[in-house]
Amino acid sequence: MSNRSRRAALTGPLGVASLILVAAFVVLAVVAPPLWGERADLVDPGAMNQGPGPGHPLGTDNLGRDILARALVATRLSLAMALVATLAGAVAGTALGVLPTAFGPRVRRWFAAVIDVWLAFPVLLLAMFVAIMLGTGTTASVIALALTMVPSFARLAQTLSASVGGSEYLAAAKVLGIPRHRQLLRYVLPNIAEPLILNTTISVGGGLLALSSLSFLGIGVKAPDYDWGRMLGEGLSAIYTTPTAALAPAVMIVLAGVAFSMLGETLAKAVRGDAGSTAPRRAVRERPAPLAAEERDDDVLLDVAGLRVTFPGGVTPVREVTFRVRPGEIVGIVGESGSGKSVTALAVAGLLPASAAVHADRLTFDGHDLRGRTEAELRGLLGTRLGFVPQDPMTSLNPALRVGRQLAEVVEHHSGTPRASAWRLAVERLAGVRIADPERRAAQFPHEYSGGMRQRALIAMAQMERPKLIIADEPTTALDVTVQRHVLRLIAEASREHGTAAIVVSHDIALLAGLCTRLLVMYSGRIVEEIDVAALPRAAHPYTRALLGALPDLDTDRSLPLTTIPGRPPTPAEFGAGCAFAPRCGLAAPECEDDDPPLLTLDGGRRLACPRAHKETVHGNA
Amino acid sequence: MKVKRVPAGAAAFLARRLARLLVAVLVVVTISFAMVHLTPGDPIRTALGPTAPEELVAARRAALGLDQPLLTQYAAYIRGLLTGDLGHSFVNGQSVAEVVATRLPGTVQLAALSLGLVLLLAVPTGLLVAVLTRDGRRRGLELGYTAVTSFFHAIPEYLLAVGLVFLFAVTWPVFPVAGITGPSSYVLPVLSLAIVPLAVLTRIARAESLRALGADYVRTARGKRLSPRLIYFRHVLPNTLTAVLTLGGTMVTGLIVSSVLVEKVFNWPGLGSVIVQSIELQDYGLVQGITLVYAVVVLVANLIVDVLLGLLDRRTTLREEAA
Repeated sequence: MSNRSRRAALTGPLGVASLILVAAFVVLAVVAPPLWGERADLVDPGAMNQGPGPGHPLGTDNLGRDILARALVATRLSLAMALVATLAGAVAGTALGVLPTAFGPRVRRWFAAVIDVWLAFPVLLLAMFVAIMLGTGTTASVIALALTMVPSFARLAQTLSASVGGSEYLAAAKVLGIPRHRQLLRYVLPNIAEPLILNTTISVGGGLLALSSLSFLGIGVKAPDYDWGRMLGEGLSAIYTTPTAALAPAVMIVLAGVAFSMLGETLAKAVRGDAGSTAPRRAVRERPAPLAAEERDDDVLLDVAGLRVTFPGGVTPVREVTFRVRPGEIVGIVGESGSGKSVTALAVAGLLPASAAVHADRLTFDGHDLRGRTEAELRGLLGTRLGFVPQDPMTSLNPALRVGRQLAEVVEHHSGTPRASAWRLAVERLAGVRIADPERRAAQFPHEYSGGMRQRALIAMAQMERPKLIIADEPTTALDVTVQRHVLRLIAEASREHGTAAIVVSHDIALLAGLCTRLLVMYSGRIVEEIDVAALPRAAHPYTRALLGALPDLDTDRSLPLTTIPGRPPTPAEFGAGCAFAPRCGLAAPECEDDDPPLLTLDGGRRLACPRAHKETVHGNA
Repeated sequence: MKVKRVPAGAAAFLARRLARLLVAVLVVVTISFAMVHLTPGDPIRTALGPTAPEELVAARRAALGLDQPLLTQYAAYIRGLLTGDLGHSFVNGQSVAEVVATRLPGTVQLAALSLGLVLLLAVPTGLLVAVLTRDGRRRGLELGYTAVTSFFHAIPEYLLAVGLVFLFAVTWPVFPVAGITGPSSYVLPVLSLAIVPLAVLTRIARAESLRALGADYVRTARGKRLSPRLIYFRHVLPNTLTAVLTLGGTMVTGLIVSSVLVEKVFNWPGLGSVIVQSIELQDYGLVQGITLVYAVVVLVANLIVDVLLGLLDRRTTLREEAA
């Protein structure tokens, strides 16, 4: 809520326009009656129902009075009525809403119930009741409108003061024995004033429209007084001969209503501090040249080289990521939040938002180049071959559809399986992830599942077509520790029994070590080390070692605090020229700040992006 | 969540809502009774005018039972309501029930056609615009859409009606201006009533669709490589309905009330024009009966909407009610 955005809201085109309009109406209300009042009341039997002409720019009404002058003069009464009614409604409503705060919960409930019934009652109906009891006329309609505004203000004040009522300072005031009326005036009202004033401004516009409609119906302002509503009601009968008689007041009502509502909205926006949001633009899709045939490799299921993801604003959370996944292999991607591990997984799966630009030197899956494909082409290529397990099981299942339906639609859509057999397959897959009583469970909605069951259902969903690769984006982050192991075991089973390869993303290196064959360690958008899980105890990169060092095990001395990695990882916007880990690294030397170390391939498919650790490894081996 | 408990919860929910409706109706009946009997002055004298002979006023008063003690009158009023007697006009003694029977269908037709039009168009339009403008695409369309819907949102129904009359009955006489002369007579009144709620509801539908489009479960659906048609209609649409229908439900009341104004503009033979006339004539007998009918229609409409939404979204409503 910066001052600049506040000012931006008020000085934006809408803010300026509404301010000018409201100011113009206020000026009109002051100067119009003395200037044109006489002319507006001048009855001219010789010029009745005339169209626009030189003497009367908007023509005359059925008594020969000048329509323009009347429309301008009516500003004062129309505005004054709306203002008085809104203020009265606001004051009475606020009092009604705030008072219960000082009383017990029983009184508060009663007030809330009364306000509820009151709110449910339509404005016009309430106005009619009042018009009948007090007779029709200016005062009666103002009272009627004020009465209809009371409940919404009361509700607002009630909600706001309830939050104040639970606050520490009011509790302190009560303990100090400050009398109730002082509690209200000194503690409650000042803290809820701002939203109430905003609501008042917005309500003036609505009040103006409502009062005009009462006068239009003939139960508001009575002759000889006139406001826009009455002019409109009278002008309507002459709409064939002099349409301006109805149109002029109609335009005034709309303009004034819009001006006040807009001013209120602008003020509210200024207070909230959200002046104009910038939505991301869609990234341009590039279609690179096709790969030569000899670059393909049958023993590689997924081949990613030089993957780079750019978000709007030039932020690149993933830079030069290169890796391969062989059929049936489980590869883990590990790193802290912000390391680019999830973005990498989503980029490979083609599920990043359209605003993200994905570039890759090579992105080949099962022999097909995935680069520059349209959504439709990706659907055909990946539909039966790639399964995706999302991060948050609580929000990743559609709440409006039965779980079985959400599983069955995969095979219905891609393989044209009939509904009944697709459902049977869904039940079978749910049983496969050890969901008890799968027939009944399949017919349930996601909210009837626990978190662990939902994640298992999502894994079953990814396996509907028995894909060649499952990409799991932090599949265990939202789950209890005990459930995490069960869920990961399901991915391992799929790999063992059906030869499904998997990419599993997690921040938990121990969890991945128990599941994967190979680990990719990511830091600040780059892979810093690739290592077989078996070789993990000999990990070389200082960051991998720090991750491993942060794990407590049975030998950890519990009297000492747990090891942590000092500092925090840089955000993608802070990536500099040198090694991103250097500021937190125990091995760092001055040259680490200058050049980002390249990812060098060592023997056995191992890769490492740290020359200093590399030297140590080589020396250690020698 | 056990299957057995749902009907019991639904019954309790229904019972609670019906009880609330009964209390509200009783309050409205009492207010409408008090409205006439607590009004300062003599309503019969007002209705018949200052020149009416004293004997006529006394006779009318006796005929309507207004010379009885207040409690007796209240009891008689309620007894009458229970047998379908809504009272009589103070001016000509006509039965209110008869007036309602001849005029209510006109109002209901108008409101029902408008509501149908709104519900039919709001969700598809909102979804379509949401899909076209998602991720900041087609900024021009988004701007135009926001401008048009805000414009209609700011204009009250009766002014829209006046504008439509001016454009399509006076300037280009395509449609009749008043009364019912055939199917074409319905076009302008229904549009006048429908356009404003449509503008509001379609904005809600777009916002809800955009929210659903950005939801994790839609990414899951994309991860399953479903076709856009399936994603939009099966995964997005149902998740926008609850919010849209809840808001649409609150608009029913507004629609009924706005019909009073729109009926006046189009001289529509409905209940609205009668009540406006009888307020002008200060015929409190007729006003009392008709306001009562309006109030009960509004209350019952609210109840129906509540129950429908409760059935539609059992999870939230029943859980709330149980808490």
